[in-house]
Amino acid sequence: MIQVRLAAPGVDVEFQAASGITALFGPAGAGKSFILDAIAGLVTPASGRIIMDDRILFDAASRVNLPARRRGCGYIARQWALFPHMSVRDNLLFPLARLPRLERHRRVKETIEQYALGDAAPRYPRQVSPAERLRAAVARTLIGEPQLLLVDEPACGLDIALRDEWYNVLRRVRDQTSLPVMLATRDPETCFELAGSMLLLSAGRILQSGPPRQVFDQPVSVDAARLLGMRNLFQAEIAALDPGRNTSRLRLENFELTGAYIPGHLRGDRVWVCVDPGQLRSLPHDGSKPQLNQVVVRLERASQLTRAVRLEFAGGIIAEIPRHEFERSKDNDDNKEWLVEFPAAAWRVL
Amino acid sequence: MPALWLCLRCAGVATLLAAAVCLPLGWILAHRRFPGCELLDAAAGLPLVLPPAVLVYYLLWPLVFNWQIAVGLSAIYTLPLVLRLSRAAMAAVDPDLENAARILGASEWRIFWRIALPLAWRGLLAAIAAGFARSLADFGLTALVADHAAGAPLVWALLAIAGVSLAALYAGNRARVWA
Repeated sequence: MIQVRLAAPGVDVEFQAASGITALFGPAGAGKSFILDAIAGLVTPASGRIIMDDRILFDAASRVNLPARRRGCGYIARQWALFPHMSVRDNLLFPLARLPRLERHRRVKETIEQYALGDAAPRYPRQVSPAERLRAAVARTLIGEPQLLLVDEPACGLDIALRDEWYNVLRRVRDQTSLPVMLATRDPETCFELAGSMLLLSAGRILQSGPPRQVFDQPVSVDAARLLGMRNLFQAEIAALDPGRNTSRLRLENFELTGAYIPGHLRGDRVWVCVDPGQLRSLPHDGSKPQLNQVVVRLERASQLTRAVRLEFAGGIIAEIPRHEFERSKDNDDNKEWLVEFPAAAWRVL
Repeated sequence: MPALWLCLRCAGVATLLAAAVCLPLGWILAHRRFPGCELLDAAAGLPLVLPPAVLVYYLLWPLVFNWQIAVGLSAIYTLPLVLRLSRAAMAAVDPDLENAARILGASEWRIFWRIALPLAWRGLLAAIAAGFARSLADFGLTALVADHAAGAPLVWALLAIAGVSLAALYAGNRARVWA
């Protein structure tokens, strides 16, 4: 359990993290790395307090500031920071300098077995494979039994195979130990795959926190939704609200949407509507009259994704449909009219 | 060849003295910000602008000349050069590695010996070699010219100076930390 309250120029955050993985999600410059560095003791915030399991690591008011080597944190930097002039075994021995010799070698032997580093142990980091280097970096961090693990941008610039390996290692840490892990990332997939909770950061502030599923399903504001990489954000005006029949009508720029009653709003309110591109139904327009929640728009561009086709329509509407569906429809050239349906369950109001 | 031996001994001891001060100081100046660090940096560069005659005349005139005093003088004049070069070599060490060591529980002393020195050794060697060459050039030539048995030793000394300078240049060019 770690409690953090930090303030520095451009950063002002307060949060707690228990065991499991907590993701710090935000764009570059949001203050993710600063928070990790402040917890590890590499930078000193202007004010605030950091408490880990009833141990004060930093308190500006009472001028407590434990040096990094006494904080008991594990930190895995972006480039892993294995010492290039030491063999993998010496890297593993480095954090154990204070232990008696026999104990030191016993632990290193166990760790080498546990992380399958037998072949790599006598070699230098640049002589071993990236996967081994990764395991060595994690092993070196955990061999000293830290009380908290900090990871900076685990997936940044890695190929897919290595990223999977990384995630497996982190999952193992999460499932086999009760170590709290804090992970800075710019990748929403990482949050979903690993984290039990996430903090959405922007410009040094926390916009939203909670389990990733909840944060992505219900962004608190349009800024949060943009940071989460959501497309199809439209401004709308509430044209009608009927709690009795549980209906509402929203007027967008050039079409209207009808759906369930929206609690907490009044008629005439300006709101933001958000739809996942994958949940829009789109077909080439056959000349029929648009039904409820349907709109006829011009296709501006179709681009291929790995398993789907992304359709960009006039008015900023973006839809994704499976490739076979796209190829089946004959008139799939650009600049053709399409019929796009916003199913009532798909869109939500921010 | 007493003259050659004298100047080699002088330059060697002076370089060692300068290195003992400059290696830790260079490391501190490369990575630390503390009140007065700029001042310290400037003060360490003072011998560069101070004419040797001033120092010799005012500080050493009353004393009898012996080789220990020559070593002290030479060390003072070598210090700025070794400091600049060793500071640059230390600054080239990836701060992530030092931070990693810090978080893994290493004291600053241990980081200096186990991380900074081994990673910057090529650059530091170049700094020391350059310091030695400078010291030899400054003091050695004067001593040799003053020495009446000049001749063959002078040639040897010049060769030594040229060799050491070349080695320093070469090491400086090769001074790259581990890829």
